[in-house]
Amino acid sequence: MRQDHLISASHLSREDIEAVLDRAADIDADPAAFRQRHAGKVLGLCFFEPSTRTRMSFDSAMKRLGGQTVDMGPVESSSVKKGETLADTVRVVEGYADALVLRHPSEGAATMAAEFVDVPLVNAGDGAGQHPSQTLLDLYTIRENAGLDDLTIGIMGDLKYGRTVHSLAEALTNFDASQHFISPESLRLPRNVRYDLHASGAQVREHTELDEVLPELDVLYVTRIQRERFPDENEYRKVAGQYQIDSETLEAAADDLTIMHPLPRVDEISPDIDDTDHATYFEQAHNGIPVRMALLDILLSQDDD
Amino acid sequence: MTDDHQLRVSKIQNGTVIDHVAAGQALNVLAILGIDGTSGEAVSVGMNVPSDRLGRKDIVKVEGRELSQSEVDVLSLIAPAASINIVRDYDVVEKNRVVRPDAVASIISCPNRNCISNADEPIQSRFTVLSDGVRCDYCETIVREDEVAANLDVN
Repeated sequence: MRQDHLISASHLSREDIEAVLDRAADIDADPAAFRQRHAGKVLGLCFFEPSTRTRMSFDSAMKRLGGQTVDMGPVESSSVKKGETLADTVRVVEGYADALVLRHPSEGAATMAAEFVDVPLVNAGDGAGQHPSQTLLDLYTIRENAGLDDLTIGIMGDLKYGRTVHSLAEALTNFDASQHFISPESLRLPRNVRYDLHASGAQVREHTELDEVLPELDVLYVTRIQRERFPDENEYRKVAGQYQIDSETLEAAADDLTIMHPLPRVDEISPDIDDTDHATYFEQAHNGIPVRMALLDILLSQDDD
Repeated sequence: MTDDHQLRVSKIQNGTVIDHVAAGQALNVLAILGIDGTSGEAVSVGMNVPSDRLGRKDIVKVEGRELSQSEVDVLSLIAPAASINIVRDYDVVEKNRVVRPDAVASIISCPNRNCISNADEPIQSRFTVLSDGVRCDYCETIVREDEVAANLDVN
């Protein structure tokens, strides 16, 4: 990787991405070979926002590499509650760990934190900004199921605030991917992501209806539309209902359509899809382990040079 | 050129004249340059003055202070057509256009209230300059050229 940190998918080149995915494939093929790789090293987990799967999968990934983790614990019982700045927190915690994983509710938090620490730092979500380690596991899943080139992907749901969407869309500009964005008008991609997609010359189209594009898709990436994005319950229900899929919706889809979701889902993917060959979201979640192992392996090995 | 008897803003002996400022932006120019009169320099401001080039323009004259190119380049974000005249003994000895800088710090506050640069952290706001606006180095929010003046953080 070009840098010691993983902050934004927009910083990743195709080579960076392929290096992580190839390493993840090696780990998948022979996990035992990596079991003691980072024995004696410690990963610091700083989650200023609740997280289940991201926190657990980083924890598990580090332990499967032979390392250990230290966890800041919930914000409510930490020094943050006493008014400590993020800049101070990460400067203290870097003394306890060989690398840090940070999740924070403010956009740009990881960029700022990286300015204050010397150990590798992974952005595990900054507000509605970026979530690049999720993107790496998304790309790994896409590569395994549909291939990353000559790809037609639909990304649907909350494109405005969805950090997994922002990271994925920017990373896909490194590949021969045609991207279709499906959302209500009020939740279209933010200006900065559009700017980057445009600047990269990516093939991009926007839709308000899934039907317009569903038959063409190799992959459909669904995200949750959150209630708090709407002024009232009625408006939310009306809009969210248009972006839910079930087995009936999929009659118009290609037989080999891959359906992904960063999880947790609420009701945007009906459980009747779970047992079909389309459903790839649980496999996607499991891929968090080899991909985060690969990412940590690369970041922590740089440290040895 | 305006005749002397038509001059609305008097000539200065030594200092800097910032001419061809977009109409209505003179006070923002002063704010960006940190000129508020407290350090004693004489400052003249003309607003909505007729101009061949701009129709109407603003003009700012600062007596006794020569502004450097790097000090004035930030003005390109709100007054891209501005020209900078350095005056010595009533003569213009140097005339420059503003040049867009690559980045600006502590001039603009990020309009994204949830950006870490608006939190109580020991950092300054910092923006990369694009062809038609600026982009927050922290949260990546893009502020278009026509929105920059409304997001100045200089008071």
